Amino acid sequence: MSDLLDNKEAATQAVVDFLTKKAKNKSKFYIKDFYAIFPDDKPRAIKNVVNKMVQEGVLEFWSSGSTTMYGLKGGGKQHASEGEE
Amino acid sequence: MAKHETPLLDQLESGPWPSFVSDLKQQAEVRAKNEAGVEFQIPQDAVEDLLGVLELSFKHGRTHWKHGGIVGVFGYGGGVIGRYCDQPKLFPGVEHFHTMRVAQPCGKYYKTSYLRELTKLWDFRGSGVTNMHGATGDIIFLGTTTPQLEEIFYTLTHDLNQDLGGSGSNLRTPADCLGSSRCQYACYDSNALCHFLTNEYQDELHRPAFPYKFKFKMDACPNGCVASIARSDMSFIGTWRDAIKVDQDAVNKYVENDPGYPANAGAHKGKDWGPFDIEKEVLALCPTKCMKFENKTLSIDNANCTRCMHCINTMPRALRIGDDRGCSILVGAKAPILDGAQMGSLLVPFVEVNPENDYEAITEVIESIWDWWMEEGKNRERLGELIMRQGFQKLLEVTGIDPQPQHVAYPRTNPYIFWKEDEVDGGWERDVVEYRKHHLR
Repeated sequence: MSDLLDNKEAATQAVVDFLTKKAKNKSKFYIKDFYAIFPDDKPRAIKNVVNKMVQEGVLEFWSSGSTTMYGLKGGGKQHASEGEE
Repeated sequence: MAKHETPLLDQLESGPWPSFVSDLKQQAEVRAKNEAGVEFQIPQDAVEDLLGVLELSFKHGRTHWKHGGIVGVFGYGGGVIGRYCDQPKLFPGVEHFHTMRVAQPCGKYYKTSYLRELTKLWDFRGSGVTNMHGATGDIIFLGTTTPQLEEIFYTLTHDLNQDLGGSGSNLRTPADCLGSSRCQYACYDSNALCHFLTNEYQDELHRPAFPYKFKFKMDACPNGCVASIARSDMSFIGTWRDAIKVDQDAVNKYVENDPGYPANAGAHKGKDWGPFDIEKEVLALCPTKCMKFENKTLSIDNANCTRCMHCINTMPRALRIGDDRGCSILVGAKAPILDGAQMGSLLVPFVEVNPENDYEAITEVIESIWDWWMEEGKNRERLGELIMRQGFQKLLEVTGIDPQPQHVAYPRTNPYIFWKEDEVDGGWERDVVEYRKHHLR
């Protein structure tokens, strides 16, 4: 595991920076998009760290039913825009 | 009196078959009367509105459902599929109508008390409409609202010892046949393997890990009752390595049309097919023609048998699967989304199915494939498409499996062979001085 992925705060910051930078154009990302942030790490290690960020409330899942994407929590289309509180 | 007029749906009830429309109407009525005194947690008329929105979709020729969303239960990336109606004013009961996938038990064995618990929960916190089972194999709960999701999940996991199934870019709920719990043809215990893989790969089931969906299915014999060869990215089909066991006396009973030995175990006896003819019904239908019946003796050239099961199915009292049993692993089946539909391709002709060592031989293949697919697979690319894109040979390399005759699906169409350096004696480097001793410039 690279130093960046191993350092929770730095990894979280790198992910948040990456997603914030792209937020103008899109709010949901594939798991493979995160591979670019951690080029020296294995997909499985990246998946574990990114999923941890979901559990900690930094990110959230979006699912079509067949495909899952990730976004910053609260970013993009939310429950409220579907008429939910 | 129904809340919405549904003339188009009503027509679907006029055919000779049971109709889901009748079922929905019945459920709408049950909810309206509420004789059981359920404290409904979602709109009581949800099913009425479901019928209404479907009628409108038929009228308009287009759907009024929106697909997907951020709905889910905490920590899980699958199991819940967001559904929203795009006509909430007309059909407020189904404004939010999410689907929940609930993992089915191995072999789909239920106690009636357990089924009652499930339906009680769903009547209380959902629409009461279920799909037993979805095309995925899961128990499908159709229609609830976001606030109910965590409540349902809590009851399922804490009171019913029941997990959600898979959806999204996850490992999907593994599905299996009845296997050795009920079936004499089972070459391995598919229920045990299904249960083991479900527990072993919990993380992959619940937390998105992959470029797209990934499915395991287990058929304990080549009859393939769950059609794993067509329905799963990785299919485990029971097989045997030694000879089909033959009881010659029983074969002759079939040939003599003994009433205790009906062909196909009597499965098609509703019609008079005439006397049993071993030549026509067994030998001639063997795909590799590896059987003959002479002097009241059936002989089988087992080396040429493809385990199609036809002879065993036709004469089950005379022929039995062999004793050296395991499974074949096939990979890459999929429905047509990017490339066309594909059946699975044989990757491992025979592998032991050994619970004693935690199915080591099988998990090794699974994990090497996942590592490759996670690294190389494009977004929304199934394993079968990656195999088509990078080649079956690449799959053999990443899994460390030597090419075997069974891997050959058809004669090669590419005349070129590209050797790798480690496949050539001496590699690519050469000693120029030594070369020049024998070859003048």
